[in-house]
Amino acid sequence: MDDMNRRKMLKVLGTAPAMAGIAWTEAEAQQAHQHAQTAKKAAATAKAPYKPKFFTAHEYATVTAFANLIIPKDERSGNASDAGVPEFIDFMMIDQPDRQLLMRGGIKWVDSECRKQFGQPFVKCTAAQQTQICDALAYPAKARPEHSHGVRFFSAVRDLTATGFFTSKIGIADLDYKGNTFVAKWTGAPKEALDHLGVSYEPVKEWYREG
Amino acid sequence: MQVIRSPKVYDVVVVGSGAGGGIAAKVLTEAGAEVCMLEAGPQWDQARDGKMLGWPYESPRRGAPTERPFGEFDAAWGGWELPGEPYTAGKGSQFDWFRARMLGGRTNHWGRISLRWGPDDFRRKSIDGLGDDWPITYDDIKPYYDKLDEFVGIFGTNHAAQTGLHNEPDGKFQPPPLPRAYELYFKQAADKLKIACVPSRLSILTRPLNGRAACHYCAQCGRGCTTHSNFQSPTVLLPPAMATGKLTIVTGAMAREVLSNAEGKATGVSYIDTTTGEEKTVQGRIVVLAASACESARLLLNSKSARFPNGLANGSGAVGKYLTDSTGASLSGFIPKMVGMPNHNEDGTGGMHLYMPWWLHNVKDKLPFPRGYHIEPGGGRRMPGFGFMGGIERHPGGSGGGYGKGLKDEYRRLWGATIGFAGRGEMVPNKDTYMDIDPNVVDKWGIPVPRFHWKFGDEERLQARHMMETFKALIEEMGGTVLGRIPGPEEDYGLAAGGRIIHEAGVVRMGDDPNAAPLNKYCQAHEVKNLFVADAGPFVSQADKNLTWTIMALAWRTCEYIADQRKALSI
Repeated sequence: MDDMNRRKMLKVLGTAPAMAGIAWTEAEAQQAHQHAQTAKKAAATAKAPYKPKFFTAHEYATVTAFANLIIPKDERSGNASDAGVPEFIDFMMIDQPDRQLLMRGGIKWVDSECRKQFGQPFVKCTAAQQTQICDALAYPAKARPEHSHGVRFFSAVRDLTATGFFTSKIGIADLDYKGNTFVAKWTGAPKEALDHLGVSYEPVKEWYREG
Repeated sequence: MQVIRSPKVYDVVVVGSGAGGGIAAKVLTEAGAEVCMLEAGPQWDQARDGKMLGWPYESPRRGAPTERPFGEFDAAWGGWELPGEPYTAGKGSQFDWFRARMLGGRTNHWGRISLRWGPDDFRRKSIDGLGDDWPITYDDIKPYYDKLDEFVGIFGTNHAAQTGLHNEPDGKFQPPPLPRAYELYFKQAADKLKIACVPSRLSILTRPLNGRAACHYCAQCGRGCTTHSNFQSPTVLLPPAMATGKLTIVTGAMAREVLSNAEGKATGVSYIDTTTGEEKTVQGRIVVLAASACESARLLLNSKSARFPNGLANGSGAVGKYLTDSTGASLSGFIPKMVGMPNHNEDGTGGMHLYMPWWLHNVKDKLPFPRGYHIEPGGGRRMPGFGFMGGIERHPGGSGGGYGKGLKDEYRRLWGATIGFAGRGEMVPNKDTYMDIDPNVVDKWGIPVPRFHWKFGDEERLQARHMMETFKALIEEMGGTVLGRIPGPEEDYGLAAGGRIIHEAGVVRMGDDPNAAPLNKYCQAHEVKNLFVADAGPFVSQADKNLTWTIMALAWRTCEYIADQRKALSI
């Protein structure tokens, strides 16, 4: 159950007793009670943290931190975690084992670099220290040569994060992708789109008399 | 091992259920023949097995191509590598052999680009002196292209008069879908560069036909279509054959050998039942191989007897020779003008609405290579999938990487502002490119496997170079920047390895001379009169055009010939 639905469910349950006194029969109350028990169980399950199947707890926390720095929450959509990106990256490690070394070794490299600079692994660093590391790794063309291994790791995490986020339900909604649906009649592109590119159907109209 | 023989003798045994096999089943059953079709793979049902209208998040790997080369949602059970079904390569060779193992074969997932070949495509040797002419002409095959247009359904336009491209013949087309906005934009660039740019020819319905619905423009043809609007053998060719009551389909039947008798006639096919591992045979008065070019050649080469020591119907020694694939290269570009387009649904049919047929005359004296290529463009706001905007740090429209809110905005801004051009061109057959049987390797069914020998010539490399130059010019004419690096001569200008374009043809070629070609002009074995080939095996040359429409037209013609000969009692 996602957050929104869980909140909605708890709200309904909260109002139930007051209503029960007015109109509910015993059978209905019984049903409501059962419903509440099921909902509670579901909520408890949903809250149980995902157990990574490839990463160690520390590695998983590190990947999660990077993913959420790469795609943070903003006014339009949630962050990488909200889109299930860390779970997706964990899955891909097993699905495509060729990725394991770069990811696992990369995390080690980053932690080693962070210890050198700040005396802490990446996840224990302050927000400012994490920003400093990300700034050093996130722009390959500007990065210092001695950071090249970290740069490769960061680019790989960025790619996986972008895929994970923008193929998720919230990511596709964020992009406002309009397709993958039944269209009764194909009417081409709207005028605003044609105008934007400075094109029109006029030069090809001969081919589309029937269309 | 006990070999199980079915007592029934069919009129025809067809090996394979794809484009050629499907046509054979339809045409032969409708002519009254009892047909048994062998398919190595399992059943396939779009409603049950297809993922039309599915979303990437319905897959834990978000559609990654881990198990299927074209992604998890692609309707091809198969690929370049199949567990337990290896193939080998000669020294220094690479050829990647794509096989589908499912009812309908590769017709389930292909691009539906259905390009009718033109008069020149059957007589290239007469034009440029390379390769060989076909023993048939365009006029021989034209009626069958027309039948396909009308029965299978295809959209497109008759543009030969308008463009002057006489080798792109007219057909019987359904109306093409209106171009997408960015397609009109690249057409503008193509017009300026004097590159022909015309409506695509795809076997997807834009009007209802034979009980099949018109397209609903979800763009996911490659997943299998539940409304049967695109062309797939199991939804278009097999139902009419089934309706005759004369078609028996045996799935899980991996053909091993074509059986023949002392008189040199084919008597049936032996196959491995892939569920039990047992070897079985099915008997037939006529055998039609439509297993795909290399699979059919492999079958013939593996069918040895005292009478045919080099393999069945291989007295010429040409079985396995003259293997070709389309040449292929591609390049993408970032088009700033496409940034910030008013958002709308750009899906359309599964594939391009406009494309670029070969626009230059076939002139070795003006271009440094013979033959030519067509261009398949794509781009815009497509459904996000695995690999979404990977390598953003190298994107010419971006800030060189980054993270956070700014990067999130950058993905949003740059998504859909990319265009890609892919070239598909004609390879000239050469003596160094062929297949034989590896003397040391068998597959898990105990069947000896093919060994491929491959060599591109300068003809193909220079064609790829020309593709790259053209793509770059188009991208720049659109005001864009090439994404990534343009491969140079050391990488054959990005020329895809043999087999990667999945247009393999030849290896059981047709010809009038029995000493030079295994088949006659009806795709009938010169030496075995009741044996026919109905896939891309009989092809004498490639065109720059995709093969499927020609496979089907040839198969239709061959099967009409079989029906006529049966009536005349001459086979």
